[in-house]
Amino acid sequence: MIEIQELRKSFGKNEVLKGISSTISKGEVVAVIGPSGSGKSTFLRCLNRLEEPTGGTIRFEGRDVTGAQKDLNSIRQKMGMVFQHFNLFPHMSVLDNLTVSPRKVKGLGKEEAEKIALELLRTVGLEDKRDARPDSLSGGQKQRIAIARALAMQPDVMLFDEPTSALDPEMVGEVLDVMKKLAQQGMTMIIVTHEMGFAREVADRLIFMDGGYIVEEGNPREVFAAPQHERTREFLSKVL
Amino acid sequence: MNLDFSALNGYWSYFVDGAWLTLRLSVLGVLFGTFFGVLLALVRLSRIWVLKFLAVTYIEIIRGTPMLVQILIIYYALPTVGINLPAFVAGVVALTINSAAYMAEVFRAGIQAIDKGQTEAARSLGMSRGMTMRLIVLPQAFRNMLPAIGNELIVIIKDSSLISVVGLAELLYNARTIQGVTFRSFEPLLVAGGIYFIMTFTLSRLLILLERRMGQR
Repeated sequence: MIEIQELRKSFGKNEVLKGISSTISKGEVVAVIGPSGSGKSTFLRCLNRLEEPTGGTIRFEGRDVTGAQKDLNSIRQKMGMVFQHFNLFPHMSVLDNLTVSPRKVKGLGKEEAEKIALELLRTVGLEDKRDARPDSLSGGQKQRIAIARALAMQPDVMLFDEPTSALDPEMVGEVLDVMKKLAQQGMTMIIVTHEMGFAREVADRLIFMDGGYIVEEGNPREVFAAPQHERTREFLSKVL
Repeated sequence: MNLDFSALNGYWSYFVDGAWLTLRLSVLGVLFGTFFGVLLALVRLSRIWVLKFLAVTYIEIIRGTPMLVQILIIYYALPTVGINLPAFVAGVVALTINSAAYMAEVFRAGIQAIDKGQTEAARSLGMSRGMTMRLIVLPQAFRNMLPAIGNELIVIIKDSSLISVVGLAELLYNARTIQGVTFRSFEPLLVAGGIYFIMTFTLSRLLILLERRMGQR
């Protein structure tokens, strides 16, 4: 579903991604871990071109992401993204946060968009917040709304950029539960995370990045139990 | 000094007419100024450097030269090259080019103050640049900019008095006319000043109300 070849990204003289290649299949849940500065967020952000790659190619459902110009917005519709800091639209109600893009971008009618939105709010357990303003929600609630907002576009893949890193510890669980449910429903997911327990339990594949490279990847249980590379061992011994 | 406002009896309608013209000048100046100000701000933030350069040049020149000089150029110098504007139009043009330059800076700052994450979220949902600006960034920027916009509106109302130099019968011009016919130096100016103050004070109160209402949401 997503084929990444020799992906490179530099910020000025600083090369953050030094040639990343990977293929993500439909329905796969991939967890990306690694020390800060390893390039894992940049990698994720290159996939929907929030960062402009400086080299390599990305193909998504057969379409060239890296070369896309006009096509980019329609590609992005199919790639939902969840951010560390939620980025809900504070000037809109929760319901409008979920319906604005389906209506304005996809041209859905108000009723249809709201129907989808309400169903998603039910899935994330926040039906009663439909008319609330984002500012009145807790961090965990905001992130669940943000997930629902991305899902409202009915994407084929969901990108998660450290979705629980800005949350108070007691709210991490509720967000991970929603993500777990999503994974069980067969959603293709790429998750940059520091939640090792979650990665082990939910991910089909673990990617360990360091210094702009994929150092090691494989079944999370195997990687956690017996890391092949020195750097992976070192990192895991610090975080586990 | 003995103030005798009864000396102004018979001339009150001049104040009313002048105030009405001042109001019309200001409202038009604000409307056009805001419109072109937003455009200028967007051009300035665009990626096309030629346009950006032109916008910056315009803003710097207009902000860096006295409005009185601009008014005199528009009304007295332009006719020599064949551009004849009626006094009212000249006044609106002068106010517009000025408020556009100042508003552009207010809008630019307001747009840049919105967290980048807002744009990223909107773009990641498939919105185009224009849609992101219109639906996500500008509405939020506007709320933050209200105090600065309010300042600018007040400045425009006051600056419209400069247009009296082209003989347009706005509030200050009429006050000076009344000075001439009544031989009273203080009273007409005090009344005019009072009317300017009522307009700006009402406006600033209204803006505080608006801010409070928008803040509540």
